[in-house]
Amino acid sequence: MRTMRAAAIGAATLSLALAATACGGGSATGGGSNDAPKTLTYWASNQGASVSADEKILRPELDKFEKKTGIKVKLEVVPWSDLLNRILTATTSGQGPDVMNIGNSWSASLQATGALLPWDAANFAKIGGKDRFVESALGSTGALGKDPAAVPLYSMAYALYYNKQAFAEAGISKPPVTWDELVADGKKIEATGKNGLGAEGSNLSNNIHQVFVLAKQHGADFFTTDGKPSFTSDGAVAAVKQYVDLMAKDKIVNQSNAEYAQNQSLSDFAKGRTGMVLWQTASATFKSMGMKDSEWGVTAAPVQSGAPGSGAQTNSMVAGINMAVFKNTHNLDGAAQFVKFMTSDEEQKLLNTTYGSIPPVKAAQLDPAFNAQGTAVLRQTLAGSAQALPQVADESQFETAVGTAVKDLFADAAAGRAVTTESVRAKLQKAQQQMPAK
Amino acid sequence: MTTTAPPAHPRPVPEHSPGAARGPRRPGRIRRIGLPYLLLLPALLLELLVHLVPMVIGITMSFKELTQFYIRQWGTAPWSGTDNYRLAVDFHGAVGEALLHSFLVTVVFTLLSVSLCWLIGTAAAIAMQDSFRGRGLLRTVFLVPYALPVYAAVITWAFMFQHDNGLVNHVLHDQLHLTDKPSFWLIGDNSFYALLTVSVWKGWPFAFLIVMAGLQNIPRELYEAAALDGAGMWQQIRRITLPSLRPVNQVLVLVLFLWTFNDFNTPYVLFGKSAPAAADLISIHIYQSSFVTWNFGTGSAMSVLLLLFLLVVTGAYLLLTSRGRRTADV
Repeated sequence: MRTMRAAAIGAATLSLALAATACGGGSATGGGSNDAPKTLTYWASNQGASVSADEKILRPELDKFEKKTGIKVKLEVVPWSDLLNRILTATTSGQGPDVMNIGNSWSASLQATGALLPWDAANFAKIGGKDRFVESALGSTGALGKDPAAVPLYSMAYALYYNKQAFAEAGISKPPVTWDELVADGKKIEATGKNGLGAEGSNLSNNIHQVFVLAKQHGADFFTTDGKPSFTSDGAVAAVKQYVDLMAKDKIVNQSNAEYAQNQSLSDFAKGRTGMVLWQTASATFKSMGMKDSEWGVTAAPVQSGAPGSGAQTNSMVAGINMAVFKNTHNLDGAAQFVKFMTSDEEQKLLNTTYGSIPPVKAAQLDPAFNAQGTAVLRQTLAGSAQALPQVADESQFETAVGTAVKDLFADAAAGRAVTTESVRAKLQKAQQQMPAK
Repeated sequence: MTTTAPPAHPRPVPEHSPGAARGPRRPGRIRRIGLPYLLLLPALLLELLVHLVPMVIGITMSFKELTQFYIRQWGTAPWSGTDNYRLAVDFHGAVGEALLHSFLVTVVFTLLSVSLCWLIGTAAAIAMQDSFRGRGLLRTVFLVPYALPVYAAVITWAFMFQHDNGLVNHVLHDQLHLTDKPSFWLIGDNSFYALLTVSVWKGWPFAFLIVMAGLQNIPRELYEAAALDGAGMWQQIRRITLPSLRPVNQVLVLVLFLWTFNDFNTPYVLFGKSAPAAADLISIHIYQSSFVTWNFGTGSAMSVLLLLFLLVVTGAYLLLTSRGRRTADV
């Protein structure tokens, strides 16, 4: 009898506990606090060759921070494929890290969730002020007219990487400056049995980056000034068609590239199978793939005519990583200290040199390390001819909808189906209809 | 007319306390009757938490305008009435048209996959019925796809389906010369066949396992008697094996149908978050609507519609198969 009574009490207690759990959760509320001043959790995006490589790079820096402030940082390197979903889950539950890395193109979308701490003047003052950062990098930190939702951490830009030996074999003496020259050079390389240009047709983000730049060069934008999708303008259609035509019409991109999404085009380049590739901050990747620095060259990404610059001469998106503080942090002051540490001149030089990226901090950018072969072009591009992706709340949906449309068009080109202005417009029309109604 | 027989041995009732006739025994009885329910309570609550609560939340979300603007405090998202449902079933609109396309792809895919899984599984189980040298080893080999972790198995298939270096093109094009040029399997129209191949490869061992278990229950005497009466192998399968397996198949087909219709892992690992149109299964489509384009309300409405469809199909299937069995019993 005593056993039965104990079992009954146990059952009732467990039930009550479960009922209490069921009643909890749901919506995340509240702001930050300083309840846990001695610890921080940091979600770092996977920047290096692997998660473990990133842990090895970051751990000594975090230890340095702990020694300086007494705050222990719990590090988790999150792969790109998981990062956005992880952030969304944390946003919904209210249980997330204190500080995290975000793709800078997500800034406005994540800002709209209200989960990120706004970087107003007071918060910027804690890390040395807004003026320390490069203007173009600040352009990718949130919607126009609002306090930034994040702080720039690593900057990147697109450039044209070319294989010196492939160029020599094809009799090309200098890298192309315009798209026409690039196509002509690509055909010369094709004639030697190599592929002219590498592409990643199934990589939605990469598709977006390329067609965004081409749209700028055609004088078009994918969003109107009041943030509404505008995917089917003549300029946008021409941009998408020009990009897919590199495979469909010009035939300087191999058909197999239509299914590439895991940096296979970089692997082809490093193995000497492809003559050129348009990529952001690729030097570290080439090295990890066994390619020597002397084997490749880098130049500014092409424009329609003339030289790269602002407006229609834009030749890159402002790529990069931002650092955001989760609004529900339990160590508000510690988080600010950590952002200050990671964006300090010293750490910026060190981390950006390691990752092959460019510091978004002006003072750090002056370091000679960023005037080397792999970085000088990127720095100049960021300074003068790169533009931020649309900083609108629907940016994430735009990447999926238009990125998929380009992917489908590449699939058509690979299958030998015609890619026409009408077929491009139809795909973009469908993509626009899939965007959330306002 | 009713008669009430007096109890054979009436229980003595103290005259001074009629109301408390069974008073001293009540607490014990309540305890005895209540205890099983009390012990069941944790399981019931757990079931409530794991299934019912999320379902209710999902249904609630489907009536809300739930986008990135409200995800942090989804409880405060404004009600949108039936807007999400109307958007999902407006087949002239881009969202509804894409959902219908995805639904039709899923129906054709499921019918083909389940049929092939069942056919291969049953054929293999029947072939393994009689003992022969190496039967144990073959059975084990057959079950390997079922035992492998889904992710590892599907990612291996993704490598094999690659255009340039994949084994599939190497065999079909380079060795057997069955195609004019290497085909694309992970993009374009062929992606449907790639998905179907992986699904069947992954699913038939389960059918094999279940049918094999069902075959154990068929008395050998039936086959011996049929053989004596001159029934050949096909007649034995038609007249003995398949009718005897009917109850097993009823459950097997239903489970395979539900698993295949809702399969998320296979297309996600094979194609990523954006599957080609030809292989855009509804599970991926709903995931994309909810977690990639951040239309959580519309995604929830699609999930509820899918749930209703599966409930109706499952109910109709159970009704039809049980009616068929009753008729057969008569």
